[in-house]
Amino acid sequence: MWVAPLAVALLLVPVTRREVLLGGWVGLAVLEVVLAVLAWSSVVPGGYAHEVSVPWIPAFGVGYHLGLDGISAPLVAMTTLVFLAVALWSLRRDPAADRDADERRARAYVLLFLGLEAVSIGVFTALDLVLFFVFFDVSIVLMYFVIAGWGSGERGRSALQFFLYTFVGSLVMLLGFLSLAVAAGGASGATGDRVGITFDIPALAAADPLAGRGVAGMLTLAAIGIGLAIKTPVWPLHTWLPPAHTDAPAAGSAVLAAVLLKMGTYGFVRIALPLLPGPWRAAALVAVVLGVVSVLWGALLALAQRDLKRLVAYTSVNHMGYVLLALGAAGYASAGSEARVLAVTGATVQMVSHGVVTGALFLLAGTLRDRGGTSVVAAWSGLAGPMPRFSWTLAVAAFASLGLPGLSGFVAEFSMLAGSLPAVPVATILAALGLAVTAGLFVRALQSMLLGDRHLPAAADRPPARTGMFRRPGSPDLRVGETAAVGLLLAASLAIGIAPALVTSTIAPAAATVVDLVSR
Amino acid sequence: MTLLLALLLAVPVLAGLVLLTAFPRATGAPVVAAGLVAAVVSVVVAVELATGVGTRATPMLVVPLLGPLTFTYAVDGLAAVLVVTVTVIGALVLLAASGEQRLRRGRFVGMVLVFLGAMLATVTAATLPALLAPWEVMGAASWALIAFDRRDPAVGPAAGRAFLTTRTTDLGLYVATGAALAAGVPGLGLGALAAGDPAWHGLIAAGLVLAALGKSAQLPFSAWLSGAMLGPSPVSALLHSATMVAAGAVLLLRAGPLLAATGWAATLVAWVGALTAVVLGLVAACQRDLKQLLAASTCAQVGLMVLGAGVGASAGAAGLLVAHAAVKALLFLAAGGWLAVLRTRALPALRGAARRHPGIGVPFTVGAVALAGIPPLSLWWTKDAVLVGIPFGEGGLTVAGLLATALSAVGATRAAWFLWRPVRSPSIRRGAEQQTRRHVPLAITVAVGVLVVPAVALGGVAVAVGLVPRADAGELVTTGVVVVLAAAATWVLHSRPVRVRSALWGRAARVGRGWLGLAVVTGPAVGTPVTTLARWVERADASLARALPRAAAAVPALARGVERRGDRPIVVALARFAAGVRWLGDLARRPQTGQQHQYYAQGVIAIGTLGALAAVVVWAGVR
Repeated sequence: MWVAPLAVALLLVPVTRREVLLGGWVGLAVLEVVLAVLAWSSVVPGGYAHEVSVPWIPAFGVGYHLGLDGISAPLVAMTTLVFLAVALWSLRRDPAADRDADERRARAYVLLFLGLEAVSIGVFTALDLVLFFVFFDVSIVLMYFVIAGWGSGERGRSALQFFLYTFVGSLVMLLGFLSLAVAAGGASGATGDRVGITFDIPALAAADPLAGRGVAGMLTLAAIGIGLAIKTPVWPLHTWLPPAHTDAPAAGSAVLAAVLLKMGTYGFVRIALPLLPGPWRAAALVAVVLGVVSVLWGALLALAQRDLKRLVAYTSVNHMGYVLLALGAAGYASAGSEARVLAVTGATVQMVSHGVVTGALFLLAGTLRDRGGTSVVAAWSGLAGPMPRFSWTLAVAAFASLGLPGLSGFVAEFSMLAGSLPAVPVATILAALGLAVTAGLFVRALQSMLLGDRHLPAAADRPPARTGMFRRPGSPDLRVGETAAVGLLLAASLAIGIAPALVTSTIAPAAATVVDLVSR
Repeated sequence: MTLLLALLLAVPVLAGLVLLTAFPRATGAPVVAAGLVAAVVSVVVAVELATGVGTRATPMLVVPLLGPLTFTYAVDGLAAVLVVTVTVIGALVLLAASGEQRLRRGRFVGMVLVFLGAMLATVTAATLPALLAPWEVMGAASWALIAFDRRDPAVGPAAGRAFLTTRTTDLGLYVATGAALAAGVPGLGLGALAAGDPAWHGLIAAGLVLAALGKSAQLPFSAWLSGAMLGPSPVSALLHSATMVAAGAVLLLRAGPLLAATGWAATLVAWVGALTAVVLGLVAACQRDLKQLLAASTCAQVGLMVLGAGVGASAGAAGLLVAHAAVKALLFLAAGGWLAVLRTRALPALRGAARRHPGIGVPFTVGAVALAGIPPLSLWWTKDAVLVGIPFGEGGLTVAGLLATALSAVGATRAAWFLWRPVRSPSIRRGAEQQTRRHVPLAITVAVGVLVVPAVALGGVAVAVGLVPRADAGELVTTGVVVVLAAAATWVLHSRPVRVRSALWGRAARVGRGWLGLAVVTGPAVGTPVTTLARWVERADASLARALPRAAAAVPALARGVERRGDRPIVVALARFAAGVRWLGDLARRPQTGQQHQYYAQGVIAIGTLGALAAVVVWAGVR
């Protein structure tokens, strides 16, 4: 699956016509969604579907090991869906407005996103630490070029900051991986035979190489945790996020928020919890505290923002904080296992939900910037009249983000809060306050932008000129491609909200496995 | 039966969503017809479900969430009564709304239907997740309904306040659900809450009570209801009768066993209800705006229901809920009729309105009489059923209940007095008469006329068939006398006002009219600290964002240091070494002159030197 985008990318290298490029991209994105759904349908509880395991560097126990389980399958599906939405959204951008008059730039743009899709799927399917690390790092490099090449404002600076933060994080994480592998080389497995140096995630999970080695375990967890926490991002390592989101192009922001942030939280679920159960249980309180601080910090910061893109960026910090809280609560063996499975399930649903909803929000904010040159909330008012499609989708996306029942955010937040409360009541009640703040900030933004007298920035109010082969529509409202992109994401959110069993039935068994592993 | 229940929940929601998404801008008869058909279908289904309760198995709808946790909806006795009430009032409100041109829109009708669906799900919910989901949808739908007139700059803040107040208190439900999970409540069932681990009872009860008080606009959360009056009148009629504010009371009724198990929760609920009933009764009695008067009186009446839930008079509270729903929907729809025709809600400007529009004036008066609690109308029976439930030891609660009863009579009589007052001033009459050519829409008159029947008879019938307990004769006579006296005194005092020349009195009345400044206080008390905190956090975050790069800037500094201290000396040393090598090379090249005689000379010198060396070695070796 992850090879397909690269193959298409190779095919598209000699192409220069914009229409062919975009057509190929959309076609591939649709294909990937279909593949992801097919792959998902074959996931069974206990074990990995579509497993591929080939030795790669046998001397160091590095293998090419891929597979899907109940936690990765929904994330892969979400990734393909977000990339499809981004492809659709990019269809009818005006080349002149995008400074994409040069067709080679359009090609580079498409190729970068194809590469990103490939490595993102790679990260979520990798079952080998080195493979995970490789995909993880390549995604950082590709995203650097997206921000630096197509961004706005101080894009060079933001891109560099993003790159440095996450790259340093990944290096620290690599140290942790090495420590795990070397420890496995010295430890004996569950059956008594020596495991040997290995980077294989299932083998390491079975061996639990650092069991009973307190300090080494804590240091390893700290290394891996810091690397993942930067990417997630967790307070106080989140400061790269807002500038990167604000200056990235809308499609880049959407992918960055929807997919790349998930690599951090996914890493916690896939690596930190099952491979380092003892240290995780010991450090669960740290995760809980950092989670709660992220929740409140992100919510309050978002409340103080004036720009819609920055506002959404900070709500990402808030939403990821809930994930960390839930995962921390899963480390409390004293609480019932039912509640902890609920917490981990909720955390995974939150990853999917945040992906589709925040992706939609960033695309919508990008539309504002596209039309009026600014996404400052105060610059827009009374949009319900001139931009009805935009208003509806924005309202639905905002309500999904603040956790309205019937949409995916509710399922996730409800499961996480209810699942965490038995383990850490005080922290959970504090984190619940974040829900109220998020509701406040979204409602304030909505009523300021959608209600009241019509007031648009001058650029959006001017009748657009004729450019290129397409006549630009007279209304500043969402166009067909944009509506389809955002509608697709919100439809996914609605589906999860109305029938949570769609995803929870797959996730819950895998989450139960994770909880079992962490309580060893 | 399960199918019927699914139909009951799905029909309004799906019809509403179709109208909202596909035809938000459609107007006219088709939209109204679609809305009414959906509403009438729900009424029929609800009645069918309700008639089956008790004789057939309880219909249940189970949607799996995760393992043993489910969204379960069921129609038990309480739910049966409530679904009928909600659907009937919803249908009548939609009918009345069709009388106003601007409300015949897909956007409005669709949102009302979604709202109704959410309320139906709330009253039939049997597990906590099943309750929480529609509970929050209802809050969001109320936001959209209150902000319907989106051009009006005032509706945004008012709708936002309604949504935020209820949403914040809803967090209580999240906490309660988590605590129920921790307590091991089987299936998180609402009926089984008291069966869990008693250590968690307190937290569950606290969460539920917070959520219920917020939704029911009890003190200190009453302010949002006043702002909600900015919405269209049919919305007010819906929000203040059978839905929204009633949901809190329903939740407390369902949680009765748990509240009793904790002890303090039941007492707290009873006192908050009693206090709200008295204080908001006072607020209602000094309003000059008809809709605000009715809103404050809603708070007070819901306070009595909450009181009933707190003291365990469940049947009485449920009866009061239904009777009050009919009465209040009637009053709000009539007020909306006048608002549509006369363009005012101010009581002084509405003088004589009932005389000019007897079609809604007479039903309004019947409603006001019922609201006042005058025997033998509905509210008299049901209110007494609540009051009789107060235990003997609780004298304070009894006094508060009687006071609230009297105050509701004062408020209702005040409204009726203004509406029947003959208009003396010629200018007002002339101005008013020009507008009398406009008729109250027929739809509103019909809806109001239908609601008169339950407003009059419901209480008596419910007591007769035994659904609501009959209070003893002494109680009934006492409240009857109190109410009639209070009403008569109010009428007389309005007709021959006693002028109290005291600034304090005027100020007190102003505070009362402003809902005790609750709304004014909430902003600075909650909003300002949060935004200040947010700004503070933003500054802290900015310095955090600077601190890490500054720490990272140490790396280039270190690199420069390495270059200056470590790297350059090595470079210099290497350069010197290279110079030395080059000098040696130069030295080695010097003998290569290319002239043969010099090579011979060098050869002779070399051989001579070697020979001498050999001689020395040999000589040394011999020695």
